[in-house]
Amino acid sequence: MTAIDPAAHLTAEQIEELGRELDAIRDEVIAGRGEKDAAYIRKVISAQRKLELVSRGVLLFSIFPPAWLLGTAGLSVAKIMDNMEIGHNVLHGQWDWMRDPKIHSTTWEWDHVSPSEQWRHSHNELHHTYTNVIGKDNDLGYGIMRVDEDQKWHPFHLGQPLWNFLNACFFEYGIAAYDLELGKNLHKRRRKNPEFRARAKAVGRKIRKQVLKDYVIHPLLSGPSFLTTLAATFTANLVRNIWSHSVIMCGHFPEGVQVFERRSIKGETRGQWYLRQMMGSANISGSKAMHFMTGNLSHQIEHHLFPDLPSNRYAEVAVKVRALFEKYELEYVTGPLPKQVFSAWHKVFRLSLPNKKPKVKTPDREQELVAA
Amino acid sequence: MTSAALRSRAWKLLEMVTTPLLPSDYLDLVSPLRAGADLRGRIEAVHPETGDAATIVIRPGRGWRGHTAGQYVRIGVDVDGVRLWRAYSITSPTNRQDGRVTITVKAIPDGKVSNHLVRRAKPGMLIQLNQPTGDFVLPQAKPAKVLYLTAGSGITPVMGMLRDIEFDDVVMVHCAPQPQDVIFRNELHDLVADKKLRLTEVHTDTDGMLDIARLDELVPDWAERETWACGPAGLLDAAEKHWADHGVQERLHTERFRPSIVVAGDGGEVTFSATGKTVDADGATPLLDIGEEAGVLMPSGCRMGICFGCVTPLKAGAVRDLRTGEITAAEPGVLIQTCVSAAAGPCDIER
Repeated sequence: MTAIDPAAHLTAEQIEELGRELDAIRDEVIAGRGEKDAAYIRKVISAQRKLELVSRGVLLFSIFPPAWLLGTAGLSVAKIMDNMEIGHNVLHGQWDWMRDPKIHSTTWEWDHVSPSEQWRHSHNELHHTYTNVIGKDNDLGYGIMRVDEDQKWHPFHLGQPLWNFLNACFFEYGIAAYDLELGKNLHKRRRKNPEFRARAKAVGRKIRKQVLKDYVIHPLLSGPSFLTTLAATFTANLVRNIWSHSVIMCGHFPEGVQVFERRSIKGETRGQWYLRQMMGSANISGSKAMHFMTGNLSHQIEHHLFPDLPSNRYAEVAVKVRALFEKYELEYVTGPLPKQVFSAWHKVFRLSLPNKKPKVKTPDREQELVAA
Repeated sequence: MTSAALRSRAWKLLEMVTTPLLPSDYLDLVSPLRAGADLRGRIEAVHPETGDAATIVIRPGRGWRGHTAGQYVRIGVDVDGVRLWRAYSITSPTNRQDGRVTITVKAIPDGKVSNHLVRRAKPGMLIQLNQPTGDFVLPQAKPAKVLYLTAGSGITPVMGMLRDIEFDDVVMVHCAPQPQDVIFRNELHDLVADKKLRLTEVHTDTDGMLDIARLDELVPDWAERETWACGPAGLLDAAEKHWADHGVQERLHTERFRPSIVVAGDGGEVTFSATGKTVDADGATPLLDIGEEAGVLMPSGCRMGICFGCVTPLKAGAVRDLRTGEITAAEPGVLIQTCVSAAAGPCDIER
């Protein structure tokens, strides 16, 4: 949608060749999936559960400040692990090949107020199929923000830095509302739609369970540490929400990432679909720990090309993908987390205001006179 | 309040504590074999039997209900990270004091699970278990005369019987390529030495396949015996015909191991078993399209293999992944992405 198409130099044949090269990378990983990968996800799941158990245990004594700090930090990390490296990736079907019914996209439920099933539809199907297509991919601005110059500005957008901040703090609720397409469905007629009501009910049930666990049961179990445990859980949820919101913003919002028009994807070939994923996503550079804590969404480009490959393989895939970017002279958008977060927020602020008027050339009167 | 009601309340509370997981998800970390857990077993020893067969000693979880001699158990083993299920006859007697059970596995060429169990199984490994099942068992009332007719690994359920109950008059005819291929050979010969068993070994590499007509010569009173036969389909087909021809088919009990070899073709007849529809499919059209065309309500999503919104159980047959060409054969618990899978031979989709 930007004035200059960064892939304009590629011919149709080149784009299909690119697609075949990416397919080859995918096939190689699939052929090599095995015991090590299975051991990896089992280890991560087991570590997450142990960390959560221990942290919740420590929080029983959160009336003592060191216990509060330790427990809150542990619980925050456990929640991030649950949502990012485990939940997001299991729900993508990345581990379905193991045929373990307990680690499967159809059975997994995560520590999040949006029920897995609804999120799978809005994320896997809508966002990953129609990545960055305005009007089709609701992830772009979550329906509350203006993310591209070509979108019409409305005074409502003045508030978008604030909406985005609130969304970051209560991100899981934002996602639940987004999965329900709440904005669209709150119209009187749609509210009565039985299908919508059933989904809203499911979200209500999940919220009730999550809130009951975090803000009633665990604080009650803590007895005299009731209030401090409550505060600890709230903090852990806040940390998890802000963290995942930041990571996710880095995936498609930073400068350099392209968005697409609805009509541009009509009759899209596999190669063109791949190309759109490449230009519509951005990575985060950093250490192994960084990749782990982002659920390997720091390899957002690779994840968007191959959403169903096991997350522990994205790092090795990234080397090959990056070489393809160079070969086809495309921009591989990446940078450290602070830079990418800043870039994304900068865009949110910039687009909250109407577009700057392009400078219109005023006719040079003197020249005209001379000419005359 | 009764103690059962109290327990159920306590469990409900525990579920609230662990939501969205279940208490068992945490308990499994420390005690996977406990009562109430999904049934699993731990491999405690692996004893080689022949060059390509081994006996696996398994400690089953607390929920194990015990078996009847001759029955089999389905076990789920993770091979290269993929959980595969196979059925194996139980070879241990029912009264084994330590509560362990054994299966005896013969590695078949290209057999993923059998080779894994025979060559790579180690003590400590966890496996998934189902309760034992099968009606290839001995009757309540002891028959006066018994014949066991077995070949290859067909001896395994019969060994479970032999070890379980002693009969007064037992004859066994067992076929194997060579003497060293006879599983449990030492134990069988010990039984023979103790006069508890009369054994005829047929070594097919030298003697050729057993001609069922030779039974008259090997076991002249075969028709009077209650017979349990287990082995390859050819042997069992011949036995069934032989017993029927002599009008004594009620004395013959057979067990067929069905090897899960699916011959993958290109397209085939697709059955949507929940809807009861059957249609012909070519080898290039996604099963999702085939189903929708036939008016079956199919779950769908991205239609390009990325969202996993269309996964559906494959109950029988085989499908081909249209992206990689990879063949997936039906096994319990196997789900396929219908939007990128085409029929590779006849198959059954649970829709």
